[in-house]
Amino acid sequence: MTHEAHIRVVGDDLDDRSLALRRLVVRGLDGGKRGHLGSAFSLIETLRVLYDDILRYDPAAPRWAGRDRCILSKGHGCLALYAILADKGFFPADELDRFCQFDGILGGHPERAKVPGVEASTGALGHGLSIGIGQALAMRLQKRDSRVFVIMGDGEINEGSVWEAALSAGKHKLSNLVAMVDYNKLQSYDRTSVVQDLEPLADKWRAFGFAVHEVDGHDVAQLHRVLSAVPFQRDKPSAIICHTVKGRGIAAAEGNPDWHHKSKISDDDVAAMYAELA
Amino acid sequence: MRKTSLDCVYELARRDPRVVFIGSDLGAGTLDEFKEEMPDRFFMEGVTEQNIIGMAAGLAMEGFIPYVNTIATFITRRCFEQVAVDLCLHNLPVRLIGNGGGLVYAPLGPTHLAVEDLSIMRALPNMTVVAPVDKEEMARFVPQTLDMPGPVYIRLAKGGDPVVSREADGFTIGKAILMRDPGDFLLVSTGVMTNRALAAADALAMAGGLQCGVLHMHTVKPLDDAALLDLAGRVRGIITLEEHTLVGGLGSAVNDLLGDRLGRKAPPVLRLGIPDRFPDKYGTQDDLLGYYGLQPDAIANSVREFAAVT
Repeated sequence: MTHEAHIRVVGDDLDDRSLALRRLVVRGLDGGKRGHLGSAFSLIETLRVLYDDILRYDPAAPRWAGRDRCILSKGHGCLALYAILADKGFFPADELDRFCQFDGILGGHPERAKVPGVEASTGALGHGLSIGIGQALAMRLQKRDSRVFVIMGDGEINEGSVWEAALSAGKHKLSNLVAMVDYNKLQSYDRTSVVQDLEPLADKWRAFGFAVHEVDGHDVAQLHRVLSAVPFQRDKPSAIICHTVKGRGIAAAEGNPDWHHKSKISDDDVAAMYAELA
Repeated sequence: MRKTSLDCVYELARRDPRVVFIGSDLGAGTLDEFKEEMPDRFFMEGVTEQNIIGMAAGLAMEGFIPYVNTIATFITRRCFEQVAVDLCLHNLPVRLIGNGGGLVYAPLGPTHLAVEDLSIMRALPNMTVVAPVDKEEMARFVPQTLDMPGPVYIRLAKGGDPVVSREADGFTIGKAILMRDPGDFLLVSTGVMTNRALAAADALAMAGGLQCGVLHMHTVKPLDDAALLDLAGRVRGIITLEEHTLVGGLGSAVNDLLGDRLGRKAPPVLRLGIPDRFPDKYGTQDDLLGYYGLQPDAIANSVREFAAVT
């Protein structure tokens, strides 16, 4: 285990941008009266830094060939992705008011054919990394310098398919591929350490041929520094383990498995969340 | 048939830079020429079927046309969710070439038999399902897959199967081939069962003068509704033949169509195939086809019995 494995998430106050993005998530929760709240709130800073500072993209041309690809493999965290995509103008923010509704484009898991900016339809877990490998191989074959970022959940990487993909990424030395794990330490039932322990997690990725860094996934400056440094090693795929807090920003939700997914969200719940994120 | 299909992929790759090949852990020497000439488009990924399907999807999203090859049951059952979500939901041009469809791997037992591949593949929206009868038909078919927009599942047979297809019949995906005109009855078959259907029709014509047509339904999905509905109005009964479970395969597809579209005017249908239980014998493909009453003589007897009550 390296010193990095001991990174602890600091409890600094969220800045205005992080609060604003979380309010967009609440707008979606209000629209659908449901959603994977905890899973979305742990992702906010990761997606914020990617879309603010790291990724190349054009909201007016979501399939621009020269873009970087970013796959949210933990599709249940989609409200965070929808928030940043709306913020960037891929679609109007009022789509969030129709989250999970019959005619809406924003479902409980993201779909490539429906949502501008969504690279892959995910939700069934353990699919994104393999799709990202195919895209990264395509970039290499087409001699494009686009990069592929794949964001997975910690519960998600219970799936054996993730480790098939990890073998493959290492074999192909895909330096244009970045595997990110939103390590919020909680899955649906309980703590990951109880349900299916992942440790030593960084060592696992290293053993599969990745160059690995661990970060505080709510520390914007640290995320920026690490994400700016990919690939960490020539001829290796990169892995970033983002230590996060599930439900970050809502005190009752933080670290509470009951907030993995919520249905029947009331107007009072929404008002309380807005108040907390003001 | 397998060699022909892979040779076709090699030829396609030579003329079209979008074509890539992905195998799992295939036999030594497979597609050596491809690997030598186009190493950057040749992938042998090991026993990682779930990963291979996702990887093919990612390549297809970026404009490539992946041809994926491994044993039929492992390219369908093992990675079914990846096929459903990564390929079919995204509607991507990935071609799945399944070795040893049906009972080919008889000596290896039920873990290796692909006897529900047609039904599980045809259950998926956007998927095209094709089972050619012989290597010459395979050679006419594979080049047509190049520009199909969605995923295709191709069921291969054992190899060395008798050539019964005719060049003059051509090949169009989704268009059944009437190999013998119907008399009172029509045999509808797919894959190598079509050669058994032709032999059974011969036996029936010789022995008792029972005239049976043979409709080769090489494309199980989309089913050639028009051909079936046309012929259904001209026969006393239809017999479906498949080297496949009777749950959800060709016979079910034919029954569904006739029931839905013709109701009580539909001719009676006899479905011949594999019963709903795991195969419990080894031996050869022919042994198992005999065990299940799917060799020509047994088919002819079943047709006679059916004719007697129809």
